[in-house]
Amino acid sequence: MASLKELRARIGSIKSTRKITSAMKMVAAAKLRRAQASAEAARPYAAAMRRMLGELAAATKGEEGAPRLLAGTGQDKVHLLIPITSDRGLCGGFNSNVHRLTLQTINKLQAEGKTVKLLPVGRRALNFFNREHADLIVDKVIGFSGKDVPFSVASGLGDKVNALLEAGEIDVCTLVFNKFQNAMTQTPACLQLVPMVMDDAAAKADAASTTADDAAQYEFEPDEATLLAMLLPRNLQVQIYASLLETAAGENGARMTAMDNATRNAGRTIDSLSKVYNRTRQTNITNELIEIISGAQAV
Amino acid sequence: MPIQIEIISPEKVLVSREVDMVVMPGAEGDIAAMPERAPMMLLLRGGVVSLYENDAVTDRFFVGGGFADMTATRCTILADKAEPVSEISIDNATAALEALTEAWDKADKTDISRLDVLQDKILSVRAEIEAGSSAS
Repeated sequence: MASLKELRARIGSIKSTRKITSAMKMVAAAKLRRAQASAEAARPYAAAMRRMLGELAAATKGEEGAPRLLAGTGQDKVHLLIPITSDRGLCGGFNSNVHRLTLQTINKLQAEGKTVKLLPVGRRALNFFNREHADLIVDKVIGFSGKDVPFSVASGLGDKVNALLEAGEIDVCTLVFNKFQNAMTQTPACLQLVPMVMDDAAAKADAASTTADDAAQYEFEPDEATLLAMLLPRNLQVQIYASLLETAAGENGARMTAMDNATRNAGRTIDSLSKVYNRTRQTNITNELIEIISGAQAV
Repeated sequence: MPIQIEIISPEKVLVSREVDMVVMPGAEGDIAAMPERAPMMLLLRGGVVSLYENDAVTDRFFVGGGFADMTATRCTILADKAEPVSEISIDNATAALEALTEAWDKADKTDISRLDVLQDKILSVRAEIEAGSSAS
């Protein structure tokens, strides 16, 4: 059995761990609220963007030479995967879920004979894939999470994807990130960016909500093709931005949950250690008493 | 009859209210959105969006390029970057202009599409500085 001194030291150290985890939990909760607010604030832009794209896509339908961002390269050989994680750990299975889903996707694509390239976003993803698939990494973006996500991160990333696509180095581009359900749950998901998947149901709902006052035919200035060419890269950035914001919110949610559990576990450990400590102390005192009494009787 | 104006940047909604007229900087010239206008989609250059109520300008916003979607009853402006003219930081804008000018000097003069992009950005920043200094 451990000595009283050892027990005291252990209880002390677990108590300070609990202080740290509970502080981290509160920080994560505050940041979560901020992150959720900014994710909410970014939604109208994405919605309006989708509505405009829907109109434009309908207007340019059937024309030759659709932009690559919309239609892809017409091939399906080289896939670019963009796993998005946080820069820091200590948030439960948040990052490893994305890693696992990405690995599964890589294996599946490679089994089908496709070439896979990686563009990890976030330090955790970069470190992980440097160990697993260092040869596949073409580029990286790190060092923004934990703060407010500036739009410039998303636009830079969008430009990189666009450049790779225009250079013909990739055919398909997919994001792998944690969808934010609520503070407790984040589910890893894949989102295909290129070629663009038109969400028919959402597009219809948007169209239906606007048809009442937009019955007339749209005019475009400059022409449809130019507008579409300008709008598509922007849409790519907006989609990336939305997933970055979801990651930021999810990271803090996951950390909050993980730290809450850690705080509770620390409390439980302290309780059981204190019990052991008290019992040991009691035994020691009893032993000493027995020694003193038996000594006195012997005299 | 008023028109519903929305100015939205990727980060947030800046304005959402009813005004009489909106004048915005289209890529091929300024355009005013008024009620009962035929629906139109427009590419914007960097410049100032003015909101009019009762024949007077009530608010001015700088947008750094973007898109506008106009219909008979509403006008949605998707700005790459947007801020009220009164909050423009001329120092920041001047620094951005210097960086862009440097990029222009270094740029490959045969790469026309790159030069086009840079030129649009430089014009947008110049418009920002102009708008900022006229406000202060």
